[in-house]
Amino acid sequence: MRKHTISVLVENQFGVLAKVAGMFSARGYNIESLSVAETLDPTISRMTIVTRGDDPIIEQITKHLNKLVPVIKVSDLTGTPHIDREMALIKVEAKEKNRAEILRIAEIFRGKIVDVSPTSFVIEVTGDDEKITAFLALLKPLGIKEIGRSGKVAMGRGPKTAGVEPNGEKEGG
Amino acid sequence: MKKTGAQILVDCLVKEGVDTIFGYPGGAVLTIYDALYHSPLRHILVRHEQGAVHAADGYARASGKPGVVVVTSGPGATNTVTGIATAAMDSSPLVVFSGQVNTPLIGNDAFQEADIVGITRPCTKNNYLVKDVKTLAPIIREAFYLARTGRPGPVLIDIPKDIQAQSTDYVFPRQVVPRGYHPTYDGHPGQIQRCLELLATAERPVLYVGGGVILSGAAPEILKFAEAENIPVTMTLMGLGGFPGSHRLSLGMLGMHGTYWANLAVTECDLLIGIGARFDDRVTGKINEFAPLAKKVHIDIDPTSISKSVKVHLPIVGDVKHVLRQLLADAPRPRAEIARARQKWLKRIAEWKKDKPLSYRHGKMIKPQAVVEALCRATKGDAIITTEVGQNQMWTALFYEFNHPRQLITSGGLGTMGFGLPAAIGAQAAFPGKTVIDIAGDGSIQMNIQELATAVQHKLPVKVAILNNGFLGMVRQWQKLFYGGRYSHSRMDVSPDFVKLAEAYGATGLRAQLPAEVEPVIAKALKTKGPVIMDFVVEPEEDVSPMVPAGEAINKMILL
Repeated sequence: MRKHTISVLVENQFGVLAKVAGMFSARGYNIESLSVAETLDPTISRMTIVTRGDDPIIEQITKHLNKLVPVIKVSDLTGTPHIDREMALIKVEAKEKNRAEILRIAEIFRGKIVDVSPTSFVIEVTGDDEKITAFLALLKPLGIKEIGRSGKVAMGRGPKTAGVEPNGEKEGG
Repeated sequence: MKKTGAQILVDCLVKEGVDTIFGYPGGAVLTIYDALYHSPLRHILVRHEQGAVHAADGYARASGKPGVVVVTSGPGATNTVTGIATAAMDSSPLVVFSGQVNTPLIGNDAFQEADIVGITRPCTKNNYLVKDVKTLAPIIREAFYLARTGRPGPVLIDIPKDIQAQSTDYVFPRQVVPRGYHPTYDGHPGQIQRCLELLATAERPVLYVGGGVILSGAAPEILKFAEAENIPVTMTLMGLGGFPGSHRLSLGMLGMHGTYWANLAVTECDLLIGIGARFDDRVTGKINEFAPLAKKVHIDIDPTSISKSVKVHLPIVGDVKHVLRQLLADAPRPRAEIARARQKWLKRIAEWKKDKPLSYRHGKMIKPQAVVEALCRATKGDAIITTEVGQNQMWTALFYEFNHPRQLITSGGLGTMGFGLPAAIGAQAAFPGKTVIDIAGDGSIQMNIQELATAVQHKLPVKVAILNNGFLGMVRQWQKLFYGGRYSHSRMDVSPDFVKLAEAYGATGLRAQLPAEVEPVIAKALKTKGPVIMDFVVEPEEDVSPMVPAGEAINKMILL
């Protein structure tokens, strides 16, 4: 059971998210994280889906995604060189004796303090899953009050794009 | 030219080549029905929206053209769900139009509002809510294209009432193809080559043929291929008629209620070529003992069907008609020693068949199998047969010899009781001159019996043969075999008098209670002009045989 990051280009229409999410739930596949936003072409959105499964399951997932009519292109980024990032907003308790240490940890992780109050900080941090998990582990003993964590966004390395080819060929299948 | 949404809908239907629609008017489609009033389209008024969808499905399966349905919002739309799911499971092309409440009211829990797009999302090939009248015509074109191409299936278009009334400039649009939709039709040449290599050395091959062969019109290619290679052919329930049942190479149906020799042949074969079939659990039985000695090739247009349940050695994604033509183009005649081995293989199968033929014991009461055989004889095996679901369906599959594609119309995947009568009505609407018979049980016929009125009103002379055993027979059979004979709520103590019921609807009712009455009743029914119900009072506790217990390997058959 391996984690896979799948990038999906879809028609930017209402109901497409429900179609994709519904396919996962109806067939018993799990979505660990999901992020969606418009691409340069406003008629196309990119979904980045993190899921888990052995090879036959991942094969079925990518085939079923391709089968959905509003899905334009599916690329499984796992196993190919790629970058993935998520962002977290973390509200920590900022007591007098901890404030300096929190700032130091945030700096090591290239976190930004985006809100300050007499008793709290909100820190913004981006990175891959491991970095954010490590960051949270360090802050935890100091008192985390709230976490907001985004889904993953991902992209292949190098000049090649996952964009739609002129003839709109789907991958795989 | 300016047209309203409703007029655009009607014009698009005519231009798509639609001649018949099945529907039921209501508040949210009054504007569409007003546009239908002066249209050339023939409208068949059903008695329940589920009936409309099954009838359109029957029309589609008989003719190969998409079936079209119009229903109102809310309950009208939700009543279509079973029909749409039935069509989706059996890849039947449908375009369903549902009315919706006025756009500003959507989401307000308005009168007769249901989120039918949300409800049908998992059981349609695609679906649409029309929010702008300008997009209506392109959506309709896209819907018909999706319904009939690739792996066919049902598409739903939800049209709010205000959109039906709004006007816009209209020209019938050019073909619209969604950019993410590219079914693969031709098989990969490398895979075709590898398949030919497997064929060249196969001594005990079997073709396992499903509904895809009928959908793609590949029956002539299957026949040519099987004869050229001298390979026996077994069919799924959906594949019956895809290869002539009377042919020397036909093994009949395989699977849970398959023939003894088909199931043994699949278990013993060294090459299994699945063609437009999906290795359904009713076919495979225990997965890891299915065709254990065979290299498996799977030809299917839907990549998700491949290696879904059974791991295959050689997948070929493509339309089966295209792929078979590719195979035929390069297929060498089997070498002499292979040809001899195949001759031996056919002989072995023939011995299994001789050893355990399909049979049943005659008795004082009418046997349901005898009724099906008599229907086959009386129609010279040439009728369009629909079925309900359960024992009636399995006896039809085993005892009516299907020689032509699109001759058997049955709910295979979803197994929908109540399918047969409306499907027969739809098939009859497509082929007014043909004999159309629904082979039914006394349980399932009552699930959509109201459609008898539809048949009478529209002068569609369907014949219904009820194998009346007073039980939900297949449930009773499982209870007898696997639940200690405890017939929990499977006995239908009270059913209507079907002869009187037929008469009440303005149809003809006939009854046979003794074996000698079967043939005269059938002869009389076939001579009667309008719809007929034949009530065959049959042996109450007859079982379908052979049977593979659920979860067992398919060679572990019980012969009852």
